[in-house]
Amino acid sequence: MWMLEIPPFLPFFIGALIAAVTRGNVRNIIMVAIPIVSGLHLWMVPEGVHLQFAFLDYQLVPYRADKLSMMFGYVFHIAAFIGIIYSLHVRDTMQQVAAMMYAGSGLGAVFAGDLLTLFVFWELLAFTSVFLIWARRTQRSYAAGMRYLIIQVLSGVILLVGALFYAAENGTLEFGYIGLDGIAGWLIFIAFGIKCAFPIAHNWLTDAYPEATVTGTVFLSAFTTKVAVYSLARGYPGTELLVYIGAAMTCFPIFFAVIENDLRRVLAYSLINQVGFMVVGIGIGTALAINGAVSHAFNDVIFKGLLFMTMGAVLHMTGRINGSDLGGLYKTMPKTTVLCIVGAASISAFPLFSGFVSKSMVMSAAVEEGYDWIWLMLLFASAGVFHHAGIKIPYFAFFAHDSGIRASDPPNNMLLAMTIAAVLCIAIGVYPSALYSLLPYDTGYNPYDATHVLAQTQLLFFSALAFVWLNLKCLYPPELHSTNLDFDWIYRRLAPVALQKTFSVIWRIDEAVRQAFLSKFDLLLAFISRQNEGASGLLSRTYHVGSMVMWVSVILAAYLFLSFFTR
Amino acid sequence: MDNEKKYFFDNPNNVKRLMHVFYGICIILLLLDFVIHRHVMHSWENLWGFYPLYGFVGCVVLVLIATWMRTFLMRSEDYYDQADTDEQSATDDSTNKKQNTEIGGHDVDA
Repeated sequence: MWMLEIPPFLPFFIGALIAAVTRGNVRNIIMVAIPIVSGLHLWMVPEGVHLQFAFLDYQLVPYRADKLSMMFGYVFHIAAFIGIIYSLHVRDTMQQVAAMMYAGSGLGAVFAGDLLTLFVFWELLAFTSVFLIWARRTQRSYAAGMRYLIIQVLSGVILLVGALFYAAENGTLEFGYIGLDGIAGWLIFIAFGIKCAFPIAHNWLTDAYPEATVTGTVFLSAFTTKVAVYSLARGYPGTELLVYIGAAMTCFPIFFAVIENDLRRVLAYSLINQVGFMVVGIGIGTALAINGAVSHAFNDVIFKGLLFMTMGAVLHMTGRINGSDLGGLYKTMPKTTVLCIVGAASISAFPLFSGFVSKSMVMSAAVEEGYDWIWLMLLFASAGVFHHAGIKIPYFAFFAHDSGIRASDPPNNMLLAMTIAAVLCIAIGVYPSALYSLLPYDTGYNPYDATHVLAQTQLLFFSALAFVWLNLKCLYPPELHSTNLDFDWIYRRLAPVALQKTFSVIWRIDEAVRQAFLSKFDLLLAFISRQNEGASGLLSRTYHVGSMVMWVSVILAAYLFLSFFTR
Repeated sequence: MDNEKKYFFDNPNNVKRLMHVFYGICIILLLLDFVIHRHVMHSWENLWGFYPLYGFVGCVVLVLIATWMRTFLMRSEDYYDQADTDEQSATDDSTNKKQNTEIGGHDVDA
């Protein structure tokens, strides 16, 4: 069939072109149709290499499909579809085009069969997504977008260098298992790590995502980090270091999330927390763990998208997103409230919601492989994510004290997009077999046994009880207008200030040295001129013309004499 | 306020009812530990009430540590913007100070 040759990124890039030149309903219909048609097409594509050609001495494979990439391919189509519906009301060609290009780049990256193609899409992801941040058109978003772009491009450059080393070491660019031996392995690992928001490389995410547009953040939350998770799952399964990095990622962001005021930034922190679960799964590397990581990525795209959509709806309708400014919105935004609670229940992994059926696989794998402390950390993180994403987000936005804002539910297209996501969250939670059948391995895992359901429900309800108790005791930190320092303080504050201080010292020393030199030089000149005052000075004597002529002829004679030796 | 519609949680009785249902569920879940036979994978899971206790204590510790973190991590909302507008006059500083004092109180509605 001729259709088989079309790589999934192509329809999206063509869609971006069409979106750039069309307007109104025509554009809307085409944009909605593209993920549907492309998704159906992908469904019929068999596994295998569908496109390859030789480039210099290397085999490039721009389109390779296997179970792992298919899984991400499907969810990216779903995410693009939901995101496009969510942004149908937007009249901003820049955003529409950027979103289509961005979704296409994500798809290109997960179907890339070699490191060079991966690099191309890796950079495209950065360059297309940054426009979704700049489209907010504020000073803050411009600066945040710049920082985002610099870090993302840095990740790409490291990936390219790593790929070149890899080609030199192994004689091939094929993107398969890489592992941490050799400099190439480490470089590529760091490149993936930056995009995956590893600790201390995570601030591009919490910095930029909350500054993006209402609809832009929904797209952003779906692709970049999941491409990184996919890449780690392909290149570094079973790398033990990932277990510890992932566990750190699950735990530290929840502290920041609890005290953060901007609710979309809270979600950005919880995005890192969820990616942490996936990274742990990849690090453990057993069939069950990889399945858990991949399926959790699949679910996370949907429920995190749903949460970002509900908070986007709040921002869109009220113009505010800080927890301290919101509250009581359930009164006039009941549909958004319910949809948000569905998302919150999913991310918290309540039984019958999507997070439960995937996160539990990672946890079970951790216990099975004897990672006791890691398991305890994950359990703590599960309670914590419920605390900040499951309770804090809906509570401070829709309940808490009445802010007096009486905004209505958002436009129908936004509600429709959120509803689709919510239905998927519940459907996957209730009927996980459909999801499991797509997974790379067949493990026969069943999340719904009495032990497990009871344990998780107990954990969550008593976390909620802790929230209630803390609130009643007035120990819960109130939402405050504030900025919380994180690692980005190092490069946003410390480094600039330190550089400024250093340079001001250098300049001061430089100035002093010049001054000293100039004054000494002046003294010297004065001394010389004093020495030569009047006609008696060494340099102010007069000479006869005749002696000048004599010396010139002496010099010329010396030249003549020397020239005999050079022959 | 008088002519505004009364919503569900405006009635304190409804809140109370919801909380009673919630406490009830918590107690039932705790009691289910006696009834349901667990097949455990880890020895700590054998402890009675391990998950409820871990969830509760974990969250309290989480919130207390996070609150303590505020003492050294929290800055005014425009902390990073200040660097760009250093040349702006002292009037800005005085408004910042004013905001800072407001931040001290609970539930700031600005």
